[in-house]
Amino acid sequence: MASALAGRSLVLIPRVPSTFVPSLIFPIFSVVAFSGAFSAVANIPGFPVPKVIDWMLPMSIVQGAAFAGMTVGMGMARDLESGFFDRLLLAPVRPLGLIAGPMGAAVVRAVIPFVLVLPVGFIAGARLRGGVPGALMLLFAAEGTALLGAGWAIGLALRAKSMQIAPLMQMGIFLAVFLSTAQVPLSVMTGWLHQVARVNPMTNILALARQGFIGDVTWGQTWPGLLALAGGIGVLGLFAVRGLRRLVP
Amino acid sequence: MNVSQIALLSRRSLLGTLRQPGSWIPPIVFPMIFAALNSAAFARSTQLPGFPKVDSFLDFMLATTIVQGVLFGSTIGGTNMAIDIQDGFFDRLVVSPVPRSAILIGRLAGGAALAGLQAVAFIGIFTVFGASVKGGLPAIVALVLIAMVLGIALGGFPLTLALRTGSSEAVQAAFPLLFIFLFVSSAFFPRQLMHGWYQTVAGVNPLSWLVESLRHQVIADFSIADAAEALAIAAAIGVLSLSLASAALRSRLAAGA
Repeated sequence: MASALAGRSLVLIPRVPSTFVPSLIFPIFSVVAFSGAFSAVANIPGFPVPKVIDWMLPMSIVQGAAFAGMTVGMGMARDLESGFFDRLLLAPVRPLGLIAGPMGAAVVRAVIPFVLVLPVGFIAGARLRGGVPGALMLLFAAEGTALLGAGWAIGLALRAKSMQIAPLMQMGIFLAVFLSTAQVPLSVMTGWLHQVARVNPMTNILALARQGFIGDVTWGQTWPGLLALAGGIGVLGLFAVRGLRRLVP
Repeated sequence: MNVSQIALLSRRSLLGTLRQPGSWIPPIVFPMIFAALNSAAFARSTQLPGFPKVDSFLDFMLATTIVQGVLFGSTIGGTNMAIDIQDGFFDRLVVSPVPRSAILIGRLAGGAALAGLQAVAFIGIFTVFGASVKGGLPAIVALVLIAMVLGIALGGFPLTLALRTGSSEAVQAAFPLLFIFLFVSSAFFPRQLMHGWYQTVAGVNPLSWLVESLRHQVIADFSIADAAEALAIAAAIGVLSLSLASAALRSRLAAGA
């Protein structure tokens, strides 16, 4: 059942591209727009890379992966609204498969922004100083973040049972990403944002994703990100499962 | 055109929005959070040579926040229209003697009211946090009125998508695309500090002209010319989006005939 639901979610990509294309186009525009709009920010003393695009590209890919994960939650909200999910609940399947399937689809969907956005970044002038290990760290961070986005969106969908909850799905992801070092490093931030970003696990996930664009891959930049991903997937996975248990006591 | 039917559909649109806090709270809260984030992240950039003279980055962001909030809120009308299509209410509306134009206007009027409320909320809350509108009361009135016109203008695009796809999911997923148009403008950073083709694109993006005209009311002084320019740009966007929405409505009706 889980693989069938994952397949159904992936089949929607070519059949209803309007539901997936934005999560692909957004990171491409995001990397171009952030790098273009804030290009002068690299002139602020303390900025760690000479070109802003090296800072923004990994963030855009990770954010795109989160949105790719979120789209499976939006699909579930639509199924709940249309009544299709009720028919799934009547089927003789393990309820957890109803979550595992979309989560699996989120992992596959997250590869697409990585594969397509990375070359755009290189064309725009990004430089991967950490080589293949740096690219792998970025891919790993993107996949993990897609699971975070899916867990969050599925948990909300199962509680609201309506597409009206979609803005809250988007807002949660925006907040998680932007209350971190998404735009500038800690050394450039001021005031409250510095305090929040310092303890936001997404800062560690972005450091994991970004390290290859700043220098070599190191264990010191890697393990906090891995820990943040593991903890986040555990918490948001539980959020989704508990949402399902509200429907299937 | 039957005004009472339009009023009823407008009321339904506004009540439908207000009864779903999950849909209207984010368009108010999210832009303010984004402004707070940018103010903390880019506070030091106001010292860069070429940055406009502002008291703080928050002043710079007020006009941006109004436009961003209206843009964000504009998806609500489209989402609700798609839900009407999905649950069959749209079909029942179409077979009733309601003018076709009322179906669109009813949805957009709710968006205009929300946009006005958003502008008032943003100006009030930014003021509490230290921003000030240098143009005074005339500038505040202009900001609110232009926001309402913009609410109608931008609301036409999600409405078009809803009528074309009948999918609330597609309307929601398209929000980031609308956001991108705002980003490829001078909404978030001054044009003078951009480089190359990006600066060129931002220079021809109507949202740049709109935000800069509104921003002038905030960081400099009230200017009738700037207010008129912003209103004209919002109206022009409205003509385009409403034409698209009307065509989409005709197309859907023709397909259902």
